[in-house]
Amino acid sequence: MILVAVGEFPPPLLERLSRRTRLPLGPARVDPAVAFDTARAQYDSTRLLAELKARYEGEVVGAASLDLYIPVLTYVFGEAEMPGRAALFSIHRLREEFYGLPPDQALLEERALRELWHEVGHLWGLAHCPDAACVMSASYSLAQVDSKSDQFCPACRARLGPARPQGTRPAAGSQPA
Amino acid sequence: MPQEKLSILIVDDEPIVRDSLTHWFTEEGYHVEASASAAGALARLAAGEIDLVIADIRMPGIDGMELLEKIQAEQLDTSVIMMTGYASVETAVRALKHGAFDYITKPFDPDDLSLVVRNALEQRRLRLENRLLRQQIEETRALDQLVGQSAAMRRVREQIETVAGVDSTVLIEGESGTGKELVARAVHRLSPRRYNPMVVVHCGALTETLIESELFGHEKGAFTGAQYRKKGKFEAAMGGTVFLDEIADISLKTQTDLLRVLQEREIVRVGGTQSIHVDFRVIAATNHNLGEMAREGRFRSDLYYRLNVFTIQIPPLRDRHGDVPLLATFFLDKYSQQMSRKFTGLDRAAVDMLISHHWPGNVRELENILERAVVVGREPMIRVQDLAITRPAEGADDLRIETIERRHIVRVLESFGWNQTQAAKALGIDRVTLYHKIRRYNLKPPGRVTRG
Repeated sequence: MILVAVGEFPPPLLERLSRRTRLPLGPARVDPAVAFDTARAQYDSTRLLAELKARYEGEVVGAASLDLYIPVLTYVFGEAEMPGRAALFSIHRLREEFYGLPPDQALLEERALRELWHEVGHLWGLAHCPDAACVMSASYSLAQVDSKSDQFCPACRARLGPARPQGTRPAAGSQPA
Repeated sequence: MPQEKLSILIVDDEPIVRDSLTHWFTEEGYHVEASASAAGALARLAAGEIDLVIADIRMPGIDGMELLEKIQAEQLDTSVIMMTGYASVETAVRALKHGAFDYITKPFDPDDLSLVVRNALEQRRLRLENRLLRQQIEETRALDQLVGQSAAMRRVREQIETVAGVDSTVLIEGESGTGKELVARAVHRLSPRRYNPMVVVHCGALTETLIESELFGHEKGAFTGAQYRKKGKFEAAMGGTVFLDEIADISLKTQTDLLRVLQEREIVRVGGTQSIHVDFRVIAATNHNLGEMAREGRFRSDLYYRLNVFTIQIPPLRDRHGDVPLLATFFLDKYSQQMSRKFTGLDRAAVDMLISHHWPGNVRELENILERAVVVGREPMIRVQDLAITRPAEGADDLRIETIERRHIVRVLESFGWNQTQAAKALGIDRVTLYHKIRRYNLKPPGRVTRG
């Protein structure tokens, strides 16, 4: 599994996420313009997932700072095939600035890490988890993102099983081995 | 994660809406199905097990509002949320008036959608729980309602307790109004199947075609008017009890079908070809003499033997006059409470009148009379004038053969000073028969008469 930027993404944040998740960085190959909807001024996240699948082999996680949507919803924080090999998350609505607050890089990194693992969890076939502290608990608002951890709860970890290949397992310090 | 996944059916003609909602709700942990049309959705709903429908209002053919109306009319057991791309107050009001749980406008805020869906499912869960609790309360009451201290009623209660635990078929025999359904409910309530439903089929009220579809269900188009697939009572019982009331009234053809279900525990829906395994217990009831009907060829004897594994006979009320005051008090309390009236009892004359009545309509008749008395009576006591029984004038109005026989036997017994051997001789019947008739009519010599 590799981590790639989809469109513009702050390089220092991408590197920190790569280090903390132990996901190697890959080259950026997706042009988000193909997924832009002029009427909504947003990016179709399902379309971007298809692009990710077409341009990479193997499991890939896209990191974006775009305002993502799916046709029936006003916005999404991210989307993933479930199960599958392409996942996508965006920091657009995770930034304090989006809500008219002063920027907070450390908080943004924690939020991005949670959304990244959340989408990877879907990629590995996990549905939403009722445990509010689990990274797989549903989050439709920043409050929900902030109230959970970046860890999979024991039940979700058990569901993942030992089948995940080495190297894509959450690393120590970010996820229990 | 929920133990058993709740299921959502998405109905929209636009593939992109179906796909993205399916994906979104799958991530949420629901079991999701999608249908491109209202007609497809109705067929799916008829097969059951859909907790929530999320349907678009604007669709070609049957639109969402018509779908909603059909769901209500067919009493399909599901909650409905309507969605639309064009918000309008009128449509929203119409949808809610037609029984939709809520109404949302595309595109949805993820938070709103999740909340609306959770609320709809919570409301449904409460509704189902409420229904189950009500049923349990009714079943508990059913046991309490088998009122009576007579030996016959004690025996009925003992039999219920004996047979409830074993899974055998029960045949309940009793005149109309004796409480056959109450006995059936009590058996179900005390059985290991009590947490599953008891479904009731009043066989006498249905035509042959209807009863078949009622019992076995039907496939779409099986007959005129069968617009959707429908589950039959044996399927609906889902591990519970099927109570077949007035079993003597079913045709020989239905008897054959029923026998097959009892033997094979499998049904084929009307118009269908596939066998479906069903798990149920049968309790049948009749006010006829099934054994006699079987001997005369009016009822399949093999079905009779299969039903007649354990028989409970409920005595008519006239054979347990002693229970009448107890029952009267029971119904008086029941209806006083229901109607918030403060009756403390029945006066002596009223009790005497009830005891001397013949009760052709059995306990149901007594219940109706008490219900009416609670309405018309003056607190705190029920009096004779509150009871809607017309006491037959001596020898005039009451032409029932039993009334006349009873009176005749009393007269003969009295003329022989209650010497049963002499009375039997005079009546032209044997002593045992007279003894049974005395018990049946609950005849007692006046205290001052000495025998011999």
